[in-house]
Amino acid sequence: MLELEFMRLALAAGAIVGVLAPAVGFFLVQRRQSLIGDGIGHVAFAGVAAGILLDVSPVLTALVAAVLGGVAIEALRSRGGTAGDQALALVFYTGIAAGVVLVSSAGALDVGLFQYLFGSILTVTRGDLLLIAILGAIGLATIGLLYRALAGAIVDEEGARVAGVPIERLNVTVAVLAAVTVALSMRVVGILLVAALMVLPVIAAGRVAWSMRSTLLLSMAIGLGSALAGLTISYYADLPPGGTIVLVAAGSFAVLAAARPLRAPA
Amino acid sequence: MHVIPAVALEHVDFGYAPGRRVLEDVSLEVREGEFVAIAGPNGGGKTTLVRIVLGLERPASGTALLYGEPAHRFSRRRTLGYLAQRAELGGDAPATVREVVAAGRLACAGLVGPLRRRDRELVAEAIARVGLEEVADAPLRTLSGGMQQRAFIAKALAGEPSVLVLDEPTTGVDVESQESLAALLDRLHSELGVTILYVSHEFGAVERFVQRLVLVRRGIVFDGPPRELPHVWHDPSHAHA
Ligand SMILES: Nc1ncnc2c1ncn2[C@@H]1O[C@H](COP(=O)(O)OP(=O)(O)OP(=O)(O)O)[C@@H](O)[C@H]1O
Ligand SMILES: [Mg+2]
Repeated sequence: MLELEFMRLALAAGAIVGVLAPAVGFFLVQRRQSLIGDGIGHVAFAGVAAGILLDVSPVLTALVAAVLGGVAIEALRSRGGTAGDQALALVFYTGIAAGVVLVSSAGALDVGLFQYLFGSILTVTRGDLLLIAILGAIGLATIGLLYRALAGAIVDEEGARVAGVPIERLNVTVAVLAAVTVALSMRVVGILLVAALMVLPVIAAGRVAWSMRSTLLLSMAIGLGSALAGLTISYYADLPPGGTIVLVAAGSFAVLAAARPLRAPA
Repeated sequence: MHVIPAVALEHVDFGYAPGRRVLEDVSLEVREGEFVAIAGPNGGGKTTLVRIVLGLERPASGTALLYGEPAHRFSRRRTLGYLAQRAELGGDAPATVREVVAAGRLACAGLVGPLRRRDRELVAEAIARVGLEEVADAPLRTLSGGMQQRAFIAKALAGEPSVLVLDEPTTGVDVESQESLAALLDRLHSELGVTILYVSHEFGAVERFVQRLVLVRRGIVFDGPPRELPHVWHDPSHAHA
């Protein structure tokens, strides 16, 4: 399998996204915003449609749309006094409706669209991989540097706000990270399953982890393992890669949920 | 010589919805280094009052000042410590006691990179102060409600605040821990000069330490030394003027 260029590229892209998606998803899950990835995914869909219509790179337009959508959700949530899930619903449905309208006016309700909805990791090019590697590295570095602040804001947002921690800016950072992750993961698992890759490894890790830090690290390991194992299985069993990766992640949840929770090392 | 008070509310009115006042014409001045207990019936406006003091809510009319600056634009926020009522872990975070308390160093230690040694020592000290050393690395969720509350108290202490606002910190905490918290606050107050606003129904535990008791019920209905409190009000839940 490794002698094939397209599989090497796929495994590399899968590995990066497999680590990044749960690392970002961790902060969403801890804030009970698991579905934000999905909401952003729907806006990204509108972005893809706009790209097809305007004949520019759909990944780029999806990235722009996802960032705008992520920031909009965050702004509605924090400033508008709209409840989180209502803000999400608003952006979610506006995104998908705009996407449908744009796509049909581009006359592109066909195979081309499918690869964004369900992923097309086997068609990743060197140029795609470079983009995924650069943005992925920036995302992971941001999380590495700001981990303590992002985690602290989850622990006690109000207390941190009183002490002058720039909570709004940290929240927007998470929203932008989520948006970039969605746009990058689109090629790997598809818009419909992006959020699964951000969320499933985290809740799987949560079954056995003993702290925030261990949850984060374990979820990244599970994401990486799911991406590599899923791709390998899909190659030999001739299954769709995106769906297989997500099923492996879901399977890891089942296995870990059955395992006895580990205790903190005494 | 006029010393700038730590907290100054002047003729503050406040309501969450138009036409329904929660606080009316509240004036309150707290000097630096005072230890004040705030009591009153449920819904009396205690939480609202301290949120205005901290600049989390803005008065509809009147002014709220912290060290002479408008509270919502206060420039030295890292000197403020706040334990919200019914503080609980945001979301589903599997945080340990140490991770919770470390969050209290965020404002002082800066946002980027890991905590330095000195900060980690302060975190360990705060954990020891509330007697949670033995469970420092246990997930908060596995502890009793009272122990979780003590972890949040440690978090507020870890930031070494010079103004500490605790909103019902001892709900669900046993009498022994209430007494030890009261003694701890008394030490912070007398040794370090920390200004403390302590909101509680059961101010019995702090009664002998505070110089001032403020009873809130839409307005301030009593403000003075606890021993001067009219007898009918001694249990603040019976404050029906
Ligand atoms: N976020 C809010 N939105 C609308 N009304 C609120 C809000 N918070 C408090 N209130 C109302 O304001 C009034 C004062 O509430 P507050 O929480 O300040 O009282 P409290 O003295 O702290 O009560 P408790 O002893 O129960 O903590 C109550 O009538 C309450 O219903
Ligand atoms: Mg209250």
